[in-house]
This record gives sequence, structure tokens and C-alpha cells, in this order.
Amino acid sequence: MSKQNKTSGRTVIHMEKRNSISRSKAWAIRLTAVLLSLIVCAIVIVAITKQNPLQVYAGIIQGAVGSKRRIWVTVRETVVLLVIAVGLVPAFRMRFWNIGAEGQILMGGAASAALMIYLGNTLPLPVALLLIIVVSAIAGMLWGIIPAFFKAYFNTNETLFTLMMNYVATQIINFLICIWENPKGSNTVGVINSKTKGGWFPRVFGSEYGLSVLIVLVVTILITLYMNYSKHGYELAVVGESTDTARYAGINVKNVIIRTMCLSGAVCGLAGALIVSGASHTISTSTAGGRGFTAIIVAWMSKFNPAAMLIVSLFLVFMQQGSIQIATQFGLNENASDIITGILLFFLIGCEFFVNYKLSVYREKEA
Amino acid sequence: MSETNVIELKNVTKRFGDVVANDNVNLTLRKGEILSILGENGSGKTTLMNMLSGIYFPDEGTIKVNGKEVLIQSPKDAFDLGIGMIHQHFKLINILTAAENIILGLHGSARLNMKEVEKKINELTSRYGFDLNPSQKIYSMSVSQKQTVEIVKVLYRGAEILILDEPTAVLTPQETDKLFDVLRSMRDNGKSIIIITHKLNEVLEISDRVSVLRKGKYIGTVNTCDATQESLTEMMVGEKVSLDIDRSKPENVERRIEVRGLNVRNNEGYHVLKDISFTANAGEILGIAGISGNGQKELLEAIGGLQHIESGEILYYTKHDGNVIEKLHKMEAGDIFDLGIRLSFVPEDRLGMGLVGSMDITDNMMIRSYKKSSGIFTDRKAPHQLASDVVDKLEVVTPSLETPVRRLSGGNVQKVLVGREIASAPRVLMVAYPVRGLDINSSYAIYNLLNEQKRAGACVMCVGEDLDVLLSLCDRILVLAGGRVSGIVNARESTKEELGLLMTGGKENA
Repeated sequence: MSKQNKTSGRTVIHMEKRNSISRSKAWAIRLTAVLLSLIVCAIVIVAITKQNPLQVYAGIIQGAVGSKRRIWVTVRETVVLLVIAVGLVPAFRMRFWNIGAEGQILMGGAASAALMIYLGNTLPLPVALLLIIVVSAIAGMLWGIIPAFFKAYFNTNETLFTLMMNYVATQIINFLICIWENPKGSNTVGVINSKTKGGWFPRVFGSEYGLSVLIVLVVTILITLYMNYSKHGYELAVVGESTDTARYAGINVKNVIIRTMCLSGAVCGLAGALIVSGASHTISTSTAGGRGFTAIIVAWMSKFNPAAMLIVSLFLVFMQQGSIQIATQFGLNENASDIITGILLFFLIGCEFFVNYKLSVYREKEA
Repeated sequence: MSETNVIELKNVTKRFGDVVANDNVNLTLRKGEILSILGENGSGKTTLMNMLSGIYFPDEGTIKVNGKEVLIQSPKDAFDLGIGMIHQHFKLINILTAAENIILGLHGSARLNMKEVEKKINELTSRYGFDLNPSQKIYSMSVSQKQTVEIVKVLYRGAEILILDEPTAVLTPQETDKLFDVLRSMRDNGKSIIIITHKLNEVLEISDRVSVLRKGKYIGTVNTCDATQESLTEMMVGEKVSLDIDRSKPENVERRIEVRGLNVRNNEGYHVLKDISFTANAGEILGIAGISGNGQKELLEAIGGLQHIESGEILYYTKHDGNVIEKLHKMEAGDIFDLGIRLSFVPEDRLGMGLVGSMDITDNMMIRSYKKSSGIFTDRKAPHQLASDVVDKLEVVTPSLETPVRRLSGGNVQKVLVGREIASAPRVLMVAYPVRGLDINSSYAIYNLLNEQKRAGACVMCVGEDLDVLLSLCDRILVLAGGRVSGIVNARESTKEELGLLMTGGKENA
């Protein structure tokens, strides 16, 4: 046969899946990735800002954990982000792409703001708090049910639907701000019940954020149990894998979709209460502040593992709090920290490739 | 000799994680011969050929084409070397014509001259005796016509070495004969052909030499004229195997399922089942034959409460005298289960319908039974016990009961599914392609399980593709063609040829 062989004499690099890798080697790869990422970050910082990178790093650490108050703020922000991610887990396990956490948080926040304004000063605190928690969860739930209902009965696209619901929620908040604005003409709600602290989370464990931590802890444990040990959790996992398998197993797919989104929306609504009653004591269109989207990253990066979600939440919040510090300290834009976070994530996620694969070089010989 | 060897594989090894798919395999293909690669499912035949066609890259070993050592990194490299592979699953675009599919991806001149292309295709088809209309659209073609397009596609690209992966799996006996004629004519024109198969009679009929693989290892090569079914089986399995199915006479036969005038449209609105009527009895195995995609899937799903039924009735007789009748056509799968009707179903799409790929064996055992336990939490003790029983009894190869079933090989996935479905002592047992992906010993184990269920008084319905097996396993065989029942025959008296004719449209077309 006369066909010319074009492939002879080449050298090729081929990737191969590793059979196994020792734990120490895997961690060595990850540690190398972190070191490399810090070096790349340093180069970027010097190139863009002409600052000493070590000082910038120190500034980030200062900002996140530099004082007792800062530590508590970091903890508060971490648990809020965690609880939103936890709320997204049931929906994501069902392959229901709920990107409407933002709207669900806002509705929950609006519900707790309303209760604080209208009942916060009249009801005894425990009753008011219980009401705030329950009603804000219901508000988030309603925002979750609507797209779930249309998904179940008309097979609408939930990604688009939940995203649009976010904008509706934002406009509702704008409308409510007009009613609740204080002082008049400021176009903001201001701190609600700033004198009476009606409907504010009380101090627990020596901090005003202790109650949030407690609630998030309980919710995280309950959802983890629900996902792993309850029949409902089993059913929604089957639905997520294949609706055909679910029907084969005699599962009512429509019910499961709606039920699961009730839960997902409720937890996100509760997060709204933690933000409004537990921290800011006010409401605005930026109450959710993009956390509904950040939580998606948290949930997926952690592969829905609650411990990993805690670590990822902490990491992201740490960098975010640090960015506020370096913004003021070095006159940098807050986006500087986003660049650093991005580079760190790139290396951390990217290094998993080298944990799972190795590269081999082959050379072709002439016969 | 070396100038007549078009392909030489030396010590080729390929691993996937811990699994060694090919272990030091040596193989030669001579010019102008048909070489069969014989091996059970999972013995590494397809992996080996995928390394020749550039889909996988060997971990160790060398490949020589026409005496020259080569690295085949992509299908394009393989084409440049004159190697063309016809895969088991066709890679064609439905809305294009045969000719358009054939030239897809080729660099031509700036102006496309379709007449020229069709002329060249017609030359090829007439030289080798293909039956192909180049301007016919793919979607209007039968499976065997699509296969023809795939073969012509690689010839058009100048392939001198053709690799066919299980080409007869989807063909009727008549179509298989036609394919073999074409293969012989290509060989006589100097092409070298490798055909992957696990059907012994075909190996003996078509090939010049046979190379046997077993569990990834190369066992040996023999001239076909020196081989027999028995000798090849022994090479393939590693021990003497009796290829007999122990078919008992049906006892206590009574009416269990009756289908009357069933019509079903699928999700796209196609009329997939037309006026189907038949009875399936307890104590009997009813085979369901047909070219794939002729309504087998929908028929079983309709009985199992998983298809929307347009009209007709499906009746379930609890007792022979017909006093207790359940109307299955009005129920969904969950309703049937809630009524306590033990209807087991091994669907065709195991990971898409029968099992959950990301869950482990225990969790998959629960799919049918998790509702039975009380309370809001799942009980995993009983399913865990069942899982370990199934693994023991059916010799499922798995690292642990906690391994996601997606990571198991096709045969082991199948065992998990069949094991679960049989465990509930079903009154009706429906299985679709129960041995697809299984090795010979496991296949016969499954046939025996089906016979056991039949003797235990279950009504067994079995959709199959291997007509020889259906003829020796079943009591009666129902043949579907174009969504209609084209005949119901007595399996003890019928022949492969009769079934083949019924499969292509019934007696009036013969």
C-alpha cells in the first residue's frame, strides 16, 4: 500500500488517568497550587497596583480577622452564605437549577422587615422572632413554588423563570421602600426600630450574631439528614437522576418538584430573615447582595458536602471582608480582591486535574 | 511474511483506572483476509479496535501499519493510515442524505459537485454489491441501510482496512446474509477486514482466521477451517460450557395478562403501537422479537404503567376463572405497586430507567421497596441485605456495595437490575434484552433464572435480539413489525428464517 504515513517521527504528549495517588502526593500538588497562585497574585498586584504584595495579603487578613468585631462579621457573613447554599442543595440535587435564591432571600427579608415594622414593637420578642422566622420562610417558599409549579405542570425552563423572579422581587422591594421610607424622602428604609430593637435578634453566646450561627447550624444538620436519610431526600435524588427512573419507581414527579422547591425557597427565605432581623435591620434592593449567586458556587464547588460548603463559604467571605480592608488601606478598588480570589480559585480547581491525570510523552520510532 | 501483514499489534496494554482492558495483546491482520475478533462482553475487543481507530491511545506496546511503527492519536490519523471503523452505534446525521453524510468532514474543492460525489459513490456500491441510493435521507432508512452508509463512508475515504464492531447485532438473518456477501466481495478486492463479534456461527461462516480474547488477554489465533463452535467457546470462556437452555414444558398455564386493541403514541406523537392484541400466560415464557425500535419498548412500558395509552385495554387476571381482573391500562406504575401486583420490569435503558447511576447498589435495591417501610426515614438494612445477596448469588463484580452502579461494567449493572426484579417473586416478569452486555456464563445463568420464574408460575415476557436464543428459550414468540403484531409463533416449531420474514413486515411481503 502506497499511502504515505504522515505520523512518523512525532513526539506526542498524552494525558492518562492516574490509577491511584497517595494522599501525601495529592496534598503536595494542592499545596504547590496554592503557592503558585500566591506568586501569580503577587506578580499581578505589583504589576497593577505597585504595592508590596505581602502588605496587601496582610491587609486582607487584617480585614477579615483583625479584631473581635471583624471576626464576628466574618462568621456572620459565612453562616448566611452557608445557609443559602444549604438551601440550594435540595433543588440542585433534583437538577432543578434554582438561580432564584436572590429573589427568595429578598422576599424573606421583606417579610421580616414588614413584621418588624408593624408588629416588632407590640409583640413579645420570642413571639415576634418565631413569627419572623416562620413568615419569612413562607415568603421564600412562595417565591420557590411559582417556578416549580410551572416546571411540573408545563415543563417551563426553571433557569429563566427563577432568574426573572429575582427582578420581580427587586421591584417589589422598590415598591415597599416607597411605603416604608424613613425619614421621608430619603428613599431608604433606614434602621428599623433602632431605639426599641423590636424584632432584632437578641445577643446569644455573647454576640448579636450568635442566634444566626445557632439557626444555621440547626438548619444545616436538618437538611443534611433530610437529604441523606429521609424518603423525600431519596426521591428527589432519583428524580434528579432521571424522571423515567422516578416514574418507574412509582414516584410522583410533579409532587417531588414542588415539594423540594418549597423547601429550597423556605431556607433561602429564612436567610433573608437572618440578614434583615439578624444583621442589617433594614431592607434595600441590595439586601441579598449577590449572595444568592455566590451560594451556587459554594454548593457546586463543595459537591454538596456540608463541611466543604462551610470551608468554601468561609474562604469566599474571608476574601470579601479582606477586600473591604485593602480598598480603604491602599486606596484600591474592591475588585482587586476579586482578582486575587479568582486566581486562587483557578489554581485550586485546576490542580485537581493533576491529581486525577498525569501527562506522558511518547516518541515514534522508525521501523 | 511481513509484507502481507497490514496490521501488527505488539504487547498492547490499555488500562482504565485499575481495570486492565487489554493486557499485552498481540494481533496480526493479513492483507485480503477477514479476521474475526472473538471474545465475550467485556473481554476488550472494542477497546483494542478503538486503539486502531484513534479513539483510545495505548498505555504500552506498539502498533505497526504496513510494517511501520505508528502513533494513532485521533480518528484522522487512523484515516490517513487507511483504517476505517464502523461503530456499533451509527454516527450519522438524520436530516442529511446518504451522500452528504459520506462526504461530511472531508476537504473538497471550493465548489461542491454533488453529481460527481454521487457518481463516485455509485461506482463503489456497484463494485462491492451494496444496495444504496445516495440521495436518500438517513431518517427514512432502515438500520441495515444506515449501516451500508457507514461502510461506504469509510470506503469513500479510501480505507483499505475496515473494522466492523458487532455489525450483525441489529440485522435480521436475511440482512446478515447480504452483509456477508458484501464483505466477501470486498475481501476479494484486496481489502482487509476485522469483524468484532461474539456470535460463533457467524465467525465460522464469514472469517478466514479467528483471534480470541478473554478478560483482556490475547488467547490465540486459529484458522477458521480448523475451528468448531465447541473449540472456540472453550478458548473464549476458558472452560467447557454447555450451550443448552433447560426449557421445561409449561405447567399450570393460565391467562395472566391480556392486551386488547392497544394503541400508543409516543411523546413525539408517533403511532408506535397499533392495535396490539395478545395474551401472556403464567407458567410460560413469551418471547417478543422484532427489529429494534418497532414498539418493543413501548409495549413493555405500556403494561408497566409507564406509557400514556391512547386506546385499548390491558387486563391482569389474578385468578384463572377471570373473576378478579385489574385494569392495568388505567394505572400508573405507582398504582400497580400500591395494589400489591408484583409486576417486575427490567427495562431496556438500565441506567436511564431501571437504576440510578450515581447511587450505590444498596440505594438501587430500594427503588422498588423504599415506600414499604414506615416513617419519614428510609430503612437501608433490608436493601443492604438484598444487595449483598444479589452480589453473592449473581457474582456481581464490584469493589463494594457502596460503589455507584454507573462505575460497574454493563454486565454487572444488568445483574444488579435483574437480581432486584426477580427478588420480589414476581407474578409478571418483563425483561428487555436481559443478557445484553453479559458474558456467556452469566447469560446462561439469566436464562436459567427466567426458566425458574416460569416454573414458579410467573408470566414471563422477554424482548430479545438473538433469534437463536429466543427460539430455544421461549414457549411462544410474538413478532412486532412497524408497531403491529405480525405473528405469534410456537417457538418449538418455528425457524430463524420465519421470524426474519415476520420481522420485516409479515407474510404478505414474503
